[in-house]
Amino acid sequence: MLGLFLDSSTPIFGYLPIVLLLLVATAFPLIALAIGKVFRRSVFDRTKLSAYECGNDPVGDARERISIRYYLIAMLFLVFDVETIFLFPWAITYDQLGLFGLVEMFLFIGILVVGYYYAWRKGTLNWV
Amino acid sequence: MLTTDILIEWLVKIGVVFFILMTAIAYVVLLERRLLGFIQMRLGPNRVGPFGLLQPLADGLKFLFKEDIVPLEADKALYVLAPMIALVPALMTISVIPFGDKIVILGREIALHITSVNVGLLVVFALTSLGVYGIALAGWSSNSKYSLMGGLRSSAQLISYELALSLSVVGVIIFSGSLDLVEVVKQQNSFWLGFIPKWNIFTQPIGFLIFLIAAIAETNRVPFDLPEAETELVAGFHTEYSSMKFAMFFIAEYANMVTASSMATLLFLGGWYGPFVDKFPLLGPIYFSLKILFFLFLYIWLRGTLPRFRYDQLMRFGWKFLIPVALANVVLVAGLALLIY
Repeated sequence: MLGLFLDSSTPIFGYLPIVLLLLVATAFPLIALAIGKVFRRSVFDRTKLSAYECGNDPVGDARERISIRYYLIAMLFLVFDVETIFLFPWAITYDQLGLFGLVEMFLFIGILVVGYYYAWRKGTLNWV
Repeated sequence: MLTTDILIEWLVKIGVVFFILMTAIAYVVLLERRLLGFIQMRLGPNRVGPFGLLQPLADGLKFLFKEDIVPLEADKALYVLAPMIALVPALMTISVIPFGDKIVILGREIALHITSVNVGLLVVFALTSLGVYGIALAGWSSNSKYSLMGGLRSSAQLISYELALSLSVVGVIIFSGSLDLVEVVKQQNSFWLGFIPKWNIFTQPIGFLIFLIAAIAETNRVPFDLPEAETELVAGFHTEYSSMKFAMFFIAEYANMVTASSMATLLFLGGWYGPFVDKFPLLGPIYFSLKILFFLFLYIWLRGTLPRFRYDQLMRFGWKFLIPVALANVVLVAGLALLIY
């Protein structure tokens, strides 16, 4: 399995530098934090370590209930993101698909636009 | 097979590019402070070194020596992890970004990109969209109301504008027929009438504008910097962060700006192409940097000029304007492409 990664004729070979860069990019913050730990001082103070709330004592917990709008946005995002992902391979092979591809894509986007119109009329896209 | 030669080439490339990226980020911060100063009729930081050129170094040292505060109420593991989740993908995107054609050093042909994969564009999108986890987790783990609101706003904003961003790129892919960034750039290497470069910005001005607007929103910059919104949310998701962890968010934001500028350059402005680049391939990275610098300047200019959106305006603009226009643009470009083929 590892041999597959190291064989330069496989397409996966080109991803090895990305893995190397992942290691470098992960090492950077870790080293920075470690060096910082050596130099900086740390004095314990309960007031200093409380959450910032304009100088007052924090009232209650921050993890309260949040607006339902965020859930709606997240769900709409899923639908549209999947659609976008489907458009990518279609766009790559578009020169081979020709008119057939265009009509197919009209249908695909058309179905989605109906849903989009429904969401719009239902007021999902309105924030207030 | 993976030979030591290839491995050394990769490591050298990664080292050089990483160093350049970090230096560039440090000096973009300085550039921003100086330019904002000039825009606001003041000088900006000019005391540390000539023209303030050592200011980034001083800032870095300050970040190292500052006390690192972890709030008592915070979720410690996630609190420490969040800035890393934001930073690591932001730095990784540079791996697939080509900044020039092949050059010959010491009799060895070297391609000016760390690696070229056939889905480079998707790699960039995947990595940049990972950054939202860092911001959402930072907001949640801090256990501060400002942070939570900033984190929530930011995640909703990022996912909303990501749709417009990816839709605006579809038009470019229709013309290039490839997700490989090197191919996308090479396809822009010729001229109309002998002097107008075949950059995608001329064939797809609408797509370019959508990409630019969505990219600014994706990087949380003015006028879309609602997650930070100093006047209402103090600093948003990084209210509770200090010292090196704050610096990580900062570096991540500027790395994302550099990535967004590079993507705009690669997809719409012909990447590294410019006059005489065929004869002197070393000019490629210079043209590429200049084009990136133009976009970075635009970022700073916008920050010095525009006020911030209200949140409902931001969402309405994203969902009711950008996405329908981006979809219409896809249909339009597809129709035009059919006429040309």
